[in-house]
Amino acid sequence: MSGFSVTEPSKRQKWIAGILVITYAVVTLMPLLWIIATGFKSPEDSISYPPKVIFQPTLEGYVNLFTTQTRITPNMKDTLAEPDSWYEQIVRDKNMVIAGPSRYGQRFLNSVIIGFGSTFLSIFLGTLAAYAFSRFKVPIKDDLLFFILSTRMMPPIAVAIPIFLMYRQLGLSDTHLGMILLYTAVNLSLSVWLLKGFIDEIPLEYEEAALIDGYTRFQAFYKVVLPQAATGIASTAIFCLIFAWNEYAFAVLLTSGEAQTAPPFIPTIIGVGGQDWPAVAAGATIFLIPVMIFTIFLRKHLLRGITFGAVRK
Amino acid sequence: MAQIIIKNLRKDFGDFTAVKSSSFTIEDGEFFMLLGPSGCGKTTTLRMIAGLEMPTAGEVFIDGEEVSQKRASERDIAFVFQMFALYPHLNVQQNISYPLKSQGMPKAQIKVKVAEVAKILGIEHILNKPVGGLSGGDRQRVALGRAIVREPKAFMMDEPLGALDAEFREHMSQELRTLHDQMGATTVYVTHDQLEAMQMGDKIVVMNHGSVEQFGVPQDIYDWPATMFVANFIGSPSMNFLHFEGTVATGDTSISFDGQSFDIPAQLSTASGKLVMGVRPEHVVLQDDSAYRGEVTATEYLGTTQIVTLDTPNGILKARTPATQVANVGDTIGLDFNPRTITLFDETTGEALLSKANKGVLDHG
Ligand SMILES: Nc1ncnc2c1ncn2[C@@H]1O[C@H](COP(=O)(O)OP(=O)(O)OP(=O)(O)O)[C@@H](O)[C@H]1O
Ligand SMILES: [Mg+2]
Repeated sequence: MSGFSVTEPSKRQKWIAGILVITYAVVTLMPLLWIIATGFKSPEDSISYPPKVIFQPTLEGYVNLFTTQTRITPNMKDTLAEPDSWYEQIVRDKNMVIAGPSRYGQRFLNSVIIGFGSTFLSIFLGTLAAYAFSRFKVPIKDDLLFFILSTRMMPPIAVAIPIFLMYRQLGLSDTHLGMILLYTAVNLSLSVWLLKGFIDEIPLEYEEAALIDGYTRFQAFYKVVLPQAATGIASTAIFCLIFAWNEYAFAVLLTSGEAQTAPPFIPTIIGVGGQDWPAVAAGATIFLIPVMIFTIFLRKHLLRGITFGAVRK
Repeated sequence: MAQIIIKNLRKDFGDFTAVKSSSFTIEDGEFFMLLGPSGCGKTTTLRMIAGLEMPTAGEVFIDGEEVSQKRASERDIAFVFQMFALYPHLNVQQNISYPLKSQGMPKAQIKVKVAEVAKILGIEHILNKPVGGLSGGDRQRVALGRAIVREPKAFMMDEPLGALDAEFREHMSQELRTLHDQMGATTVYVTHDQLEAMQMGDKIVVMNHGSVEQFGVPQDIYDWPATMFVANFIGSPSMNFLHFEGTVATGDTSISFDGQSFDIPAQLSTASGKLVMGVRPEHVVLQDDSAYRGEVTATEYLGTTQIVTLDTPNGILKARTPATQVANVGDTIGLDFNPRTITLFDETTGEALLSKANKGVLDHG
């Protein structure tokens, strides 16, 4: 037989598959690439028509993103000392001076605290609950599981008004804790269900072997079940983080200062001194990075876990 | 090393009773077989001894101490699972040292111990391998290593050879038995393979539908089955049952049916109605001058012996005879039975009738 195989694709098939995958990747990545490019354009280039693919890159957008600026008169400009850093230079060229840092850094930090905090809490509570549902005889187990799932059956925003009122009463509006609790509550049903599936697949014998080997039930859970659930935990964590990270509606409604996350903040950049698209694009680009790093970090687990155990060995 | 006593052990799963009031004793150092068909409650019994399942009622004594409500980790016994249950995230060395780590043994000492065990089992060369890629036999050895490294009071093994192919089973079962003889540790071994039980066990308990049918040494169970179930389950081909209606009384030394009279061991009980005469194939004698006759329907040549299948007025009967004996399909041949080996059963209860021959065996169990 000359190179014909049922399982191994031929060279031509590989080429076709490769081209298809790359084409798909380019199509889906196009908006992303456009945003990243816009972040490095000057405001004029960013709105020029026809759109510029080749342009002179500048960090103006990033400087605008992280600073607040004040306009100065030419007379005043002459009296000032020469700028002593590249970013002051960029600002000075526009006849402006830096008045202070913008609020982007703090909003970004809020996103990190709330996103990772709620992800951690969802996974922590979800793992414990999933383990209990998977291993123990829980009274009305099926009803409880259904109830947990049913919290997902309406869009969370449907209860926005009651939550808004409740949060105001409880003093949870515009606090980190309030947002962490809210996102955890939304994510928990997903994490309990996904993790229960993963834990169900871990044979009971491993834990029993550990019990026989002289470990307590908790040690068996911690030392034997957890390492084997790592794949499931990683993929569930990514789903939870992506939701909490990107959530917009609740963030607009419930946060405005202290605990405002990046998604409601980024669009407000537009208002600062004309339509500053490069700054918006720069904000969005930086906003992408943590989830990207987190996903790359857990990539190995994700690829295996995302099949939801279908081909897990 | 320990003696294990099981007293009236019972396990219910909801309405279903998996084990009904079992009692037996496993002596110190014994290789003890739990034998029975699938679903009869062997695993459940073993798990109750190990502490992985809490009994509904009854007691388990290990070394004289009642442990039925104690945790598995407090019973100091090892368990070898059917699918081995090696920790997949650890390598061979780590798997074997795992039980020692829980005891807080110093690292250097663990290393020495693991090396010792690896040598006994001949797995020194795979100590640093992940357990994922191991062959069935090596997995089995690692599982055994994890069990013996701790020197527990007793070993529980749930069909430990079930996952191996037939050829390798034979080899591993010898290895296991040799290992047991070296260490002399009390071992409880679950199997549904009667041949394996007969070959390996010092003692056997035969279970069926959650009840203990009989318990004793293999020879006694083979020769003097307590119930028709045991008679049928053990031996290949199994014991022949000749069904008839009749009466036996205490003191009888013969029984008649179909106008024939057969010598039997002196009876110690009275019974009437549907009875069964049980006789092992090797105790059937083909003898042309006998008046009780059967027609040969098949013969199976096994080298030095052959299995002759006959159709008799009281049912199908298989005889194990020397291969030199002439038996052609279609022949009608006279049959005789070795009287000292016969067991009578009451067909309605399925239990053996007491005779002078089986009294010694049936009384103790
Ligand atoms: N956790 C459980 N819940 C409900 N029923 C159970 C449970 N464990 C076992 N059983 C039932 O109890 C009976 C005995 O099971 P057990 O596993 O002890 O049988 P076994 O003799 O080991 O059989 P096998 O040779 O198939 O392993 C079976 O009918 C089984 O379905
Ligand atoms: Mg079993």
